[in-house]
Amino acid sequence: MDFADAPEHAEFRREFRAWLEANLTDDLKVEDAQDSRVAPDRETLEKRVAWQKKMHAAGWVGISWPKEYGGRGASFIQQVIFDEEYFRAHAPILPGASAIGLLGPTLIQLGTEAQKQRHLPRILSGDERWCQGFSEPGAGGDLASLRTRAVDGGDHFVVNGQKVWTSGAHFADWCFLLVRTDPDAPKHHGITYLLVDMKTPGVTVRPLVLLNGHRHFNEVFFEDVAVPKENVVGKINEGWKVAITTLMFERGGAGGRDHVAQIARLVELAKQFPNRQEPSWDQTHVRQLLAQLMIDAQALKVTRLRGLTRRLRGEPPGPEGSILKLFGSELAQRIADASSTLLGPYATIDGATEAVPDAGRWAHRVLGARQYSIAGGTSEIQRNIIGERVLGLPKG
Amino acid sequence: MDIGFSEEQELLRDTARKFLDATCTTKFVRERMATPEAMTPEFWAQIAEQGWLGINFAEEDGGSGLGLVDLVVLMEEMGRAVMPGPYLATALLGGAAIRAAGSPLQRQEYLPRIAEGALKATLAATEANARWDASGIVMNAQPMRGGFELSGTKLFVPDAHLADIIVVAARTRDGSTMEDGVSLFVVPKDAAGLSVALMPSIDETRKLCEVHFANVAVPQAAVLGELHAGWPALVRVYDAAAVALAAEMCGGAQRVLDMTVEYAKLRETFGKPIGSYQGVKHKCADMLVEVENAKSLTYYAAWAIDEGAADAPLAVSMAKSYASDASRKVSNAGIQLHGGIGMTWEHDLHLYMKRAKASEVAFGDATWHRERVASLIGA
Repeated sequence: MDFADAPEHAEFRREFRAWLEANLTDDLKVEDAQDSRVAPDRETLEKRVAWQKKMHAAGWVGISWPKEYGGRGASFIQQVIFDEEYFRAHAPILPGASAIGLLGPTLIQLGTEAQKQRHLPRILSGDERWCQGFSEPGAGGDLASLRTRAVDGGDHFVVNGQKVWTSGAHFADWCFLLVRTDPDAPKHHGITYLLVDMKTPGVTVRPLVLLNGHRHFNEVFFEDVAVPKENVVGKINEGWKVAITTLMFERGGAGGRDHVAQIARLVELAKQFPNRQEPSWDQTHVRQLLAQLMIDAQALKVTRLRGLTRRLRGEPPGPEGSILKLFGSELAQRIADASSTLLGPYATIDGATEAVPDAGRWAHRVLGARQYSIAGGTSEIQRNIIGERVLGLPKG
Repeated sequence: MDIGFSEEQELLRDTARKFLDATCTTKFVRERMATPEAMTPEFWAQIAEQGWLGINFAEEDGGSGLGLVDLVVLMEEMGRAVMPGPYLATALLGGAAIRAAGSPLQRQEYLPRIAEGALKATLAATEANARWDASGIVMNAQPMRGGFELSGTKLFVPDAHLADIIVVAARTRDGSTMEDGVSLFVVPKDAAGLSVALMPSIDETRKLCEVHFANVAVPQAAVLGELHAGWPALVRVYDAAAVALAAEMCGGAQRVLDMTVEYAKLRETFGKPIGSYQGVKHKCADMLVEVENAKSLTYYAAWAIDEGAADAPLAVSMAKSYASDASRKVSNAGIQLHGGIGMTWEHDLHLYMKRAKASEVAFGDATWHRERVASLIGA
């Protein structure tokens, strides 16, 4: 058992950390990258695209992609170190993140040569951005029940239907889309995986503003949208297998979120902020609350590292994936809720105040954190997955 | 980075599991816990032979020279088997105190005999105030010609009735801090004026005792290591024992989860296995989360102590705090999901539930360790 970096990994960490220190400017930094995974406005987006180009020029985008496709062929452990250092430096999520992490690896594995040539370089360079067209109003947790229809039109498909919860669709040039091509087949068959140019006539993007005012998600409508057949990934009617590949890259993401910085900030606030006539930090229940959060954050971190070790050893994935999702999202919510315990009425002020300069950020987290236990599979679904796939309990 | 066990450690786990499955069945546990010894001499000899008693002692002291990570493997298996008897008291308290504080001569005198199973030991530190910090050590050791005289009472002392020697923490001077002035003494249990009475504790597999000292005279040579400076050694003993107990709690909780999942697959209500209902399934999922996280923190703490990492005390308190809560929650949930049968004496769950309760409050409960975490992260 060894929690320390091996020498070559320590060297890789030093190299990337030094590069970030030299190149990541303050105007790009975010306090917590997860607060806004999609740029809040076009100006910020442009800045982040320029940042992606700078990283790409230095060879730091898509490092785990094979060298022949523009990556570094980085090992899994290097990807983990990369993610740790990237978020430690307060760098923002790249505009190309979902394509770099999900679509790119899927195309490398299952795409045609023409698809790879056309899309992979532009994904890395940030010249084209992608959105993920999977969820539908009637197909969330049960994704395979999707109903967006694609009818064979000879050399193309004609797509009609609606997607929802589409992150960043308002900034996207392309969409990787799941459609039903055979409505008579059992639900996991008859699905096809398409690459759709968002500029195609008939594509409409409508914002889906969250309860905290964030514009992150969208509804995307398809009305007689023509998609050439060369844009099918994998085989027609066998898109579910391709989707599973994409989802595996999503759930197998290397670097997990580290909550320690947020909790440490709460400790700082508790010491400074005189809630109820004394520093909150002098109150036993506040100390107990924040200590528990820190313990849980550390538990999450080590549980994640144990899962990584299994992967590094080539063992089948353990129960960690769903545990991380379930426990991590609920932890993020408890951290947000703890801020209200500390800040009292300041937690409801949506902006900086003299007493609490980052009050607005916490107010946003209190509201926005509710999504964590819903997006990417609700906590209820995670508990089903753990119960059935990990513990082997019978389906209901 | 490699957060897994080595081949040797997996082998140790395998051997321990096979041995305990064969010899330490819950039938054995129930028979033994009904007796004051809670153990048979044959069983004790067997675990000595396998090197378990001296696993953390240095090789020159008759031990195996292994670390806390190795011990964690063993403790998980002992927890799974809810192994009865004075292992904790002998190896992880009395023996560990001599290892941590004793002079080379003292270690040579006691540790090889402990490792070979010829000598049992325990640690008498806790008093009526039930505190785990230095201010809990109130009992005085009065200097007298050629040595000291001990007077007072120690409570919650694990398996003192079985021990041949008792390491006692007592105050030898009023120092500038509470930590200063605590000394450790090795006292034979048959010393004049020393008496032991069993406390009727809920976990009968590991018994607790009151130890009374009525003007017990001990020679200067009974002082373990340096006079007045026993507290730091005691902290090291407590920290390692807390991690070991956390590991044992993980092993016990994993076993409770396994039993519960097995039961939920078989037991039917309204024509379906209860495990197919989300009310049951989701509770089982939560139990797994508790167990996995407890293991994570425990493994990290063991590694941090072995490595002498700067954050070892923080890691220890995180592990003990989390495991204390987790093992209570998991054993309680196990009983709940079993329903009525889980409440019976006949079912084995109560053995685990009682062990979990006893371990939860030993060496500082979750609240105590959370406060230690708070003071460390707020410093």
